[in-house]
Amino acid sequence: MIFSILQAAPGGPLTPYLQNPHITQADIDRLSHNLGLDQPKYVQYFKWLWRVVQGDFGWSMSNSEPVTQAIVERLPATLELMGSAFTLSIGMGVLFGIVSAIRQYSWLDYLITTFAFFGQSMPVFWFALMLQLAFSVVGITAFGYHLALPSAGIATQDNFDLGDRIQHLIMPTIVLSLAFIAQYSRFMRSSMLEVIRTDYMRTAAAKGVSQRAVILKHGLKNALIPLVTVIALTLPGLFAGAVITETIFAWPGMGRLFINALGQFDFAVLMGYLVMVSFLVVFCNLLADICYAWLDPRVKYT
Amino acid sequence: MAATLPLVPPAGIPYVEEMAPTRNTVWRRFRRHKVALIGLVIISIMALIAILANFITPANPDFIDQVHWNGYPVAPGIGGHILGTDENGRDLLARLMFGARISLTVALFAVIMEISIGTFLGAISGYYGGWVDFVIMRVTDVVLSIPLLPLLLVITAIVAGTSTRASLNFAVIVLIIGGLSWPAVARLVRASFLSLREREFAEAAKALGNRDGRIIFRHLLPNAMAPIIVQATLEVANVIILESTLSFLGFGIQPPTASWGNMLANAQSNMTQGPWVAIFPGLCILVTVLSINYLGDGLRDALDPNMP
Repeated sequence: MIFSILQAAPGGPLTPYLQNPHITQADIDRLSHNLGLDQPKYVQYFKWLWRVVQGDFGWSMSNSEPVTQAIVERLPATLELMGSAFTLSIGMGVLFGIVSAIRQYSWLDYLITTFAFFGQSMPVFWFALMLQLAFSVVGITAFGYHLALPSAGIATQDNFDLGDRIQHLIMPTIVLSLAFIAQYSRFMRSSMLEVIRTDYMRTAAAKGVSQRAVILKHGLKNALIPLVTVIALTLPGLFAGAVITETIFAWPGMGRLFINALGQFDFAVLMGYLVMVSFLVVFCNLLADICYAWLDPRVKYT
Repeated sequence: MAATLPLVPPAGIPYVEEMAPTRNTVWRRFRRHKVALIGLVIISIMALIAILANFITPANPDFIDQVHWNGYPVAPGIGGHILGTDENGRDLLARLMFGARISLTVALFAVIMEISIGTFLGAISGYYGGWVDFVIMRVTDVVLSIPLLPLLLVITAIVAGTSTRASLNFAVIVLIIGGLSWPAVARLVRASFLSLREREFAEAAKALGNRDGRIIFRHLLPNAMAPIIVQATLEVANVIILESTLSFLGFGIQPPTASWGNMLANAQSNMTQGPWVAIFPGLCILVTVLSINYLGDGLRDALDPNMP
């Protein structure tokens, strides 16, 4: 499907070369013959599909390197960002959800619910701009410390410095996870509220188990089950969010590769990215299904 | 009608939960949700501003104030610009008003399209089942497994590159957003149709010899409206964010036409000289989307208290 959309594009895959005045029409023809671009579309499609199965996404015209290499080079940066954002979202989301469920209708609950509404309504890119404004452009002075965070990049210099890396990671992580914290905490709250009212919770409490143990051992595990599905469903959103976040914070990951390729009509990269991301999403969905069966023994796959 | 109903419902028929609320009860329940009410007011004001932008604008949104502009955004208050100007010396408030018009219309049309497609496919899928259901649901799965934003970006980059006319560009954005975001709606409608088609009134309608189309749209659809309305409201909020993101990245509504998103496109590089250029359009998006989300929440409580 992705292939057909990209093939319909005007100009075709050689557009980056067309803008170069030193390349003549003859060169273009020779190139398109060498690359097999003058063959029928369906032949191209199956050839492309076969190479993708072998892990070869073709040649990136704008980066002058194989697409697979371009993506793999930038994968760690993206995984670093997404991993930290993902951990933060689940951690905070679950925590907020539990707190707001066991203290239902308290001021803390209202605070968290309001925060969740804001988080879901916040345009990611604007939130990023505002954080940059506050912490990088203006800088906030609090308790005698001048808080200033780097607004771009993954590290200041090439050699590895953990503190520096973490400083660079803070703002992008917060930006990327905000919407997900909001979503997870809202979901966790309603899921937890449902679980709290069940009989087995009352039984556990009646048997004299402390409240903490009831909530954490009996409640949490059952409330987490539906959350797994929600997390799997929001994964594509995490990739989309990563694209925006990486663009604004000049993060050298897959998302920025994608945006740059977009500006230069580098279709091999675009296709590689979309296929790769769809594959990751499907893989994570499978993982979620397995988790689901593990968490809830009632689920049986036939 | 109340007079003919027995006071105690016959066994096996849930009484309160399943009764469709009348328009009056919906409004009464909705009024109780104060924040949603405030949201409704704010959205109405935004919509009014968008409609009346021509008449209430303080300046021409494309006019460059050569007198006060010196290459940087003009600060709020100077030269009669209440919110200052953008980096090209154009009045920010005026652009916000016309931006509201673009952003809200895109959202409105895209959601109408999205809901129509999603409802139609979901209804057919849930009503007929079998291979129709199978095909539609597999398509839905495929679309859902690709992250929407990158896909939208690729398509708009390809299509928008060919169309520079403002009206065409607008239509393309609407068509693409509406044409790709329907799967969630389709799933929702399918789920309610799956249970609705088993109910007695659906069987009765079928036994009376109604055509399928009539059963779907006259008998089943009205009963599935509550979740669709709520979903539509929330989708307006989503589309506003989606459009502004596209425009922010430079692949949505093209300048010089103002949209809340593309007004922010150059804000990052001018943050030191004119933070107001970055602040106000985003604030508009946040306030509008927040109001719509609260409105949707209120509608959900009012239309169907049993919904999660």
